Amino acid sequence: MRFDKTEISLAAVAIACVLFGFVSPGWLIFLMTIAFAKALVVQGVVMQMRSGLVSFGQGLFYCIGGYTVGMGGQFFGIHDAIAALALGVLVAIVVAMILGLLLTRYRDIFFAMLSLAFSMILFGILVKSQSLGSTDGFNVHNWTVFGWAPEVGAGSQQTVFTMTVLSGLVIAVLIHRYTKAGIGVICEAIRENEVRVEYLGLSPRWVLYGNYVAAASVSALGGGLTALATGHVDPEMAYWTTSGEFIFIALLGGLGHVAAPFIAAIVFSVVRTYAIEFVPHTWQMILGFTLLGVIVFLPKGLWSLVSREKSGERA
Amino acid sequence: MKNNKSNFSKYLVSGVAALALSAGLASGASAAENGKFRVGIVTFLSGPAAGPFGVPSANAAKVLVEALNKGDVPAPYNKMGINGLEIEAVIIDEAGGATKQVEEYRNLVQRQKVDAVIGYVSSGDCLAIAPVAEELKTFTIAYDCGTPRLFADNADAQYMFRTGLDASVDNIGAARYLAATRPDVTRLSGIQQNYSWGQDSWADFTAAAAKLLPDAEIVEEQFPKIYQGQYGAEISALSVKRPEILHSSFWGGDMEALVLQANARGLLEDATGLLTCGEASFANYKDQAPNGMIIGARGPFGAFAPNNELNTWFKGVYNAAYDLDPVYPATKMVQAILGLKFAAENAGVADKEIPTAEQLASGIKGATFESVSGTVEMARANGHQAMQGITYGQYHYEDGKASIVNAVSFDGECVTPPEGVDAATWISEGFPGATCN
Amino acid sequence: MTSLLAVLIDGSIYASWLFLVAAGLTVIYGVMRILNMAHGSFYAIGAYSAASLVGWYFNNGVGPAWISYLLLVGAALVAGLIVGVIVERGLLRLMYGRDEILMVIITYALLLILEDTMKIVWGVSPYFAYQPYSELGRTSLGLLKVSNYDLALVGVSALLGLGLWAWLERTNQGKVLRAMIHDREISVAMGVNVRLMFTITFVLGTTLGALAGALTAPAISVVPGIGIEVIVLAFAVVVIGGLGSIGGAAVGALLVGLSRAAAVHYAPEFELFVIYGVMSLVLAFRPEGLFGRTLARKI
Repeated sequence: MRFDKTEISLAAVAIACVLFGFVSPGWLIFLMTIAFAKALVVQGVVMQMRSGLVSFGQGLFYCIGGYTVGMGGQFFGIHDAIAALALGVLVAIVVAMILGLLLTRYRDIFFAMLSLAFSMILFGILVKSQSLGSTDGFNVHNWTVFGWAPEVGAGSQQTVFTMTVLSGLVIAVLIHRYTKAGIGVICEAIRENEVRVEYLGLSPRWVLYGNYVAAASVSALGGGLTALATGHVDPEMAYWTTSGEFIFIALLGGLGHVAAPFIAAIVFSVVRTYAIEFVPHTWQMILGFTLLGVIVFLPKGLWSLVSREKSGERA
Repeated sequence: MKNNKSNFSKYLVSGVAALALSAGLASGASAAENGKFRVGIVTFLSGPAAGPFGVPSANAAKVLVEALNKGDVPAPYNKMGINGLEIEAVIIDEAGGATKQVEEYRNLVQRQKVDAVIGYVSSGDCLAIAPVAEELKTFTIAYDCGTPRLFADNADAQYMFRTGLDASVDNIGAARYLAATRPDVTRLSGIQQNYSWGQDSWADFTAAAAKLLPDAEIVEEQFPKIYQGQYGAEISALSVKRPEILHSSFWGGDMEALVLQANARGLLEDATGLLTCGEASFANYKDQAPNGMIIGARGPFGAFAPNNELNTWFKGVYNAAYDLDPVYPATKMVQAILGLKFAAENAGVADKEIPTAEQLASGIKGATFESVSGTVEMARANGHQAMQGITYGQYHYEDGKASIVNAVSFDGECVTPPEGVDAATWISEGFPGATCN
Repeated sequence: MTSLLAVLIDGSIYASWLFLVAAGLTVIYGVMRILNMAHGSFYAIGAYSAASLVGWYFNNGVGPAWISYLLLVGAALVAGLIVGVIVERGLLRLMYGRDEILMVIITYALLLILEDTMKIVWGVSPYFAYQPYSELGRTSLGLLKVSNYDLALVGVSALLGLGLWAWLERTNQGKVLRAMIHDREISVAMGVNVRLMFTITFVLGTTLGALAGALTAPAISVVPGIGIEVIVLAFAVVVIGGLGSIGGAAVGALLVGLSRAAAVHYAPEFELFVIYGVMSLVLAFRPEGLFGRTLARKI
């Protein structure tokens, strides 16, 4: 296998992050774990945005990933974190394969609303499930990695962080290759003009279907990692405001590069944390202005800060 | 294909920038160790729970901390601050869900270096925080959330305490109040918000009513979505079943809207309302709630708090600051802060020394302390859970003034399951060992 | 029998409320292609303005009660007008021509800002304006007692719907708007003043949203967050009916309102799913909504 420069630099940054994890304080590791895990969900949103579809219900798969990991440990005796994560991804793929059959017939706002509806239906089911703690959810603990149980506290936090960074790296490399490969390019072509893609003899619907399922699996992984890191799952993961947050982060980063969601997720968490600390009564307003500012001044997201130099070269 | 040449440098730039940013944050965050006792206070400052619960609690915390720092609070809390140290309160918003709250809790403890955390209205947040408190070994008081699962799921908790009562007490108390004042009712109904709080409350109430009012039947139950605000169809569905009692664990705007609508449509004339959280909107009903509506305060709090010296003092300063009487969430916040102060000063450390989390925990575990609501015994869940009585009474509005009549109190031992027994079992066995006056 | 009657009455009342909330959203979308996430905030602003004005009126005066109904509507009109003009001129005007989805996100940012702005202006304590609600009394239909205010709301909502329809179908301005809904490019080419029409449409939409809030305020407790709750409901109604169609919004509202009332009376355990269930079903068979038009695919 040959790695291109982007992949090598991704790996370098990932290793740097893991090493950084050993020296940084606990709150920062946690913040970065959650940010990276959410960034994986955002990758799912971005994958669909590249093909012109905006999912207002990506929380569905985030929640499926989280609940599968939680229920695996709580009810089915699956304590191995890797197995639980894999199961979460698998469940998400199965659900996505079914829902995708219907959803890929829709575009624009109809796709957005229908994906939202499915996510809200899951929310409703979970709220009704008193054995799963209804809206209170339940705790996720006592997990192991290949039979090894990290010590509670710093040890398990470190483990989740490393797992998240490594999954992030693997997914980022895969997505990077995917966007460069034929199918990824076709997705962008579908966004630009679906009819012309049909004229080329391709079926946009099945391309979108594949893309939808792939995006679901990535998002479920993010949900599972969040559950492990937080130690708790609740139905709010499927609520529409959670999905709104993912779109927020996706736009913050922009579609320009596979690394953008990771950076955007960190920036989002940091802005929110400090907004909550310094203006506890009006932190949402700060988020709103940040979003507007990015849209007005950086229409291609934060990533355009990094790639500006390059577009200058071209011009 | 894109030019890959600049990719690597680009990566390096962004990676280094991100790490530098984080490192900058890490170093900039050493506001702690300034010789003050830092308390993180977490409650709703935005969203629908801010008005009824969060802001009254935060306001109560502000006046109390100010008074404690001046040493103005009556005995036994007349020592300045906490153990002679000035208190610094860091107030943050509870809105945003459990994942965010875990993140903010870690920030409070590890970045802001608070010495203790008091907070949490939402049961989901309490359940998510409890294991983290143990992990970070931080003394934490849950001041309002009601889920019985808090200590059932975290049986070996060392650092988590709760100075408020568990929600099953509300509903056992409600059923006992009915049995004491309306023993002949036969047709019960309920309307609850469709989430854990409403579902659990209704389960406890119906189980307790089945034992205490054996002749009564449940004629209708409704579970509208939380924050729905409009209950037209639900009120019709309830009305046609002609209930005598309408039990509801609604709170805040939902509860006020329900009372307005059900009263306008005659449901509250035909059936007596029983609102377990009703006291929190005591000042808002005016003539829109019928006289005789039964309200509770989730314990001896708010308008049901006794007239002891501490409470009289607190009502005075709260009223002077906000021109309102404190409602139950305000009383509960004060109780939690007094609990923390008691824990610190009972921990056996020297004056002006900050006790460790272990010392704080040993200072309050199983202890008995005085509060605005009377005497609090930390008598359940291995000394981590407060036990107190509960009072219900009827709303009465006359000549522009609201008051409570026919109040009946039940002792802690009468409404609280014995140590180690969960509420559902205790109720279904017919309250063995309950001692009621 | 009683419960069937109750379903019809409750369903119509709820539907008329849904229509009030959704009308402004669908007008704005139809003309401007902006799915306005901040619509719920306009609703909340209307509710707060009305509740604070009516509350003030009853606390300070002994004037006749009927004036409070005028105040209710007046507060909504003024609030909707002011906020609409500020938002359209100050923010959206700078953003026209961007991607439809980006416009959704812009209005999402607006929602975050407006929610906190309301908190700064009105605080978090509840506001009440119950006098107009209780003043009208109630009507007894057997066991069922119905609030006259709610019944009046059905009438108001129907009148408003007819008015909107007549305006769109019978006036010149309405015709121009319909032309813009059908094909914006051609209407621009024909010399329609798009900027002006956009301002008119947006202000109309926000005023409708504010009016919905103001008319709801007497029956509820006006607290933070009420706007957030109506967004998804309004979206669902509009999507079911077909985006941009007033008639569609009315039918969508009736469908959701009646299904919900039926669920509450006959199958309460499904109440939580009704709206999304109806939406999924409708979209499964009519992908553009009930009255949506299938757009010609452009190459």
